[in-house]
Amino acid sequence: MGDRILQLRFRADAGKLKQVRRSVRESVRACGATEACADDVVMAVDEVCQNIIRHAYGGSGRGEIVLEIERSDDALVFRVTDFAPRVDPASVRPRDLDDVRPGGLGTHLIQQVMDSAEFIDPPPGCGNLFRMVKRIG
Amino acid sequence: MEHSVREEGAVLVAAFQGEVDLENSPKAREVLLECVGRGRKVLVDLSGVTYIDSSGVASLVEAFQRARKSGLEFGLVSVNSSALRVLELARLDKVFPIHATLADGL
Repeated sequence: MGDRILQLRFRADAGKLKQVRRSVRESVRACGATEACADDVVMAVDEVCQNIIRHAYGGSGRGEIVLEIERSDDALVFRVTDFAPRVDPASVRPRDLDDVRPGGLGTHLIQQVMDSAEFIDPPPGCGNLFRMVKRIG
Repeated sequence: MEHSVREEGAVLVAAFQGEVDLENSPKAREVLLECVGRGRKVLVDLSGVTYIDSSGVASLVEAFQRARKSGLEFGLVSVNSSALRVLELARLDKVFPIHATLADGL
């Protein structure tokens, strides 16, 4: 376990994401992440939250998301928890990019910029828990 | 996010500023499809866009594909490094015509 550098609990609403992005950027920059690294993790967190808002909660604007970021020796660890019904991880696989069409890019972007990104077993009382790791300097 | 649409001769230029995210990409989509619906070449000026997410990119893709189906030109201009990185990661930098400046695209 590393040092917790951010914990946010917010409504699963698109209007909340701008502030979430700002908080994530400030937190990771404050613990030494480069601007490019901050760009990547801000995008990844944003895309995970979007998936939760649009798919797990079905765009209802209801429900909550909990974001936790920890700093270990050489990595940032992100845990994003929701309280929606369980999602089948197979349903959020990245799509074939050669098939150019709107949508379905979020999961691909997350996997491109993070060193690992996967659903793990959530604690009791939670819906889904998505964990991501980004190595830094 | 703010936006404006103006005419440069026969071309429509849709310019966006700020962050194009899940909250406002439906508006971006509406603006872009409306431009394409006017039956003219469309250039999207992204010079003022500081952040674009997958939903914003999806709006660009949808408008681009609709333009192509109608035989219309559709391109991006002045794409800054932040937006270009997202397009590259999505491998769309080779799909959209991208012009360094508005003058290049006109």
